Amino acid sequence: MDVKVATAGTDDAAHTSPYSIAHLRHVPQRHYGRWLAATLILLAFAAIVKAFAEGQIAWSVVAQFFTVPAILTGLANTVLMTVCAMLLGILLGVLFAVMVMSPNPVLKAVSVFYIWFFRGTPLILQLLIWFNLALVFPTIGIPGLFEARTVDVMTPFVATFLGLGINQGAYTAEVVRASILSVDAGQTEAAKSIGMTRLTALRRIVLPQAMRVIIPPVGNEVISMVKLTSIASVIQYSEILRNAQTIYYANARVIELLIVAAIWYLVVVTVLTIGQHFLEKHFSKGHGERSAQRATAPAAGGA
Amino acid sequence: MKPMVVAVDVHKHFGSLHALDGISIEVPHGEVLCIIGPSGSGKSTFLRCINQLERIDGGAIWVDGELAGYRRSGESLLPLSDKEIARQRLASGMVFQRFNLFAHLTALQNIIEGPVTVRKRPKAQAVDEAMALLERVGLADKRDAYPSELSGGQQQRVAIARALAMKPKLMLFDEPTSALDPELVGEVLAVIRDLATSGMTMIVVTHELGFAREVSSRVVFMDLGRIIEEGPPQEILVRPEQARTRDFIAAVLS
Repeated sequence: MDVKVATAGTDDAAHTSPYSIAHLRHVPQRHYGRWLAATLILLAFAAIVKAFAEGQIAWSVVAQFFTVPAILTGLANTVLMTVCAMLLGILLGVLFAVMVMSPNPVLKAVSVFYIWFFRGTPLILQLLIWFNLALVFPTIGIPGLFEARTVDVMTPFVATFLGLGINQGAYTAEVVRASILSVDAGQTEAAKSIGMTRLTALRRIVLPQAMRVIIPPVGNEVISMVKLTSIASVIQYSEILRNAQTIYYANARVIELLIVAAIWYLVVVTVLTIGQHFLEKHFSKGHGERSAQRATAPAAGGA
Repeated sequence: MKPMVVAVDVHKHFGSLHALDGISIEVPHGEVLCIIGPSGSGKSTFLRCINQLERIDGGAIWVDGELAGYRRSGESLLPLSDKEIARQRLASGMVFQRFNLFAHLTALQNIIEGPVTVRKRPKAQAVDEAMALLERVGLADKRDAYPSELSGGQQQRVAIARALAMKPKLMLFDEPTSALDPELVGEVLAVIRDLATSGMTMIVVTHELGFAREVSSRVVFMDLGRIIEEGPPQEILVRPEQARTRDFIAAVLS
């Protein structure tokens, strides 16, 4: 065994044969940095917990107000608004995504304008405009059919619903458009080849496959929407944060009631996250492992 | 009896590329026509024009006696609506190079999608017919498999069954074996061969010269958007008259 390690190294390494060290035990790498970081973080965390435990927070008040009717009504209103505004957003999103991809230039232009306008202005400003629409149009309606005073129609609920939903639609339209583009053009061609019209192909073949791409970002937006509804407190929509505020204006338990609201937001978001997981699973049908048969132009095999 | 397909002076441009430069051909009922030619010769484009996946810029194509994609009004041709074009496409079935099975549907669902959604057939009946077709292409046991779980050859056989489920009068094959691994080509060709002997009118764009010679009643050689030469397979593939045809066949066989 005269094989020498011919690399520069420690004296020891330079004089050992590879054969003489092959039997040595392999030791896992030591991660001292990780241990140090973890210790520091745990210490900091303990300090924060201790601070909150000893701080001026009456946890009994948190428990007391956790399920009072005003908070639960606010919670219900928050969830209701999230569902309604998101449904409107998805409906408008799909509609405008299809319009923006339409061969008709007018539909396309309208859709481009919609996305530009509602993505380009702050949401809170849009809410204020909807809520104060009566200043522009004292009455609204369809001439000859019905007419009503705008202040009666534009309740905080309606203004929030329109504001959040229409704003959401502009963002969802972009998500839907991208997801439609992600479906291979061959799918549409195959659908057409069995006699489907453009819209049937979109509904039966393209959109179900686009759902797989739509759900993660839209799930994300639903979660944003839960929290975005709190903006509606500026136009007196009684969602959970506004109701919490109403209570603490009366009893001055500011942090306690904010904690109540925070816990409820976390509960709702956790439930939604779990739901999103199952939806993603449902729409990933047929996308297990891909057996990619790449083009390998065979040179006249049978000839 | 009118021919199944009549093309008269068909032109198609992609930007500055003249993809089809005056194609004229008649395909009688029951004929198995193979189109061969180098890539970029326009053979796939011509096939896609027949079932209107591409719109032609000039000339006219009749499929089963109907003017494809247009309606005559006096001295001009007016384009048909999306719905009318979809109805006309029912005359032909198309098989793609890349299979294009619907990725979110199982083999069986792929086949019944057209009959149920487009033809409005009762589902139970569509399933029965689909199973008979899966049997015919030898894949009855794969009815619940998603396309991603099938080999290329199996996917292409399901795609053929999907096209046949619409009961087309004409089958169009766009290089049906070009995307397959060599050992899977045979199973797909066997299905197409079986279909050819059943009397179906077929237009097959292919690089499989041996297959073309065996099943086709006529071979067309295309280059640069034109038909260079056509005739019985023994003539075109064995004793071509044109130098370009000879060069192409020599290149493919080498």
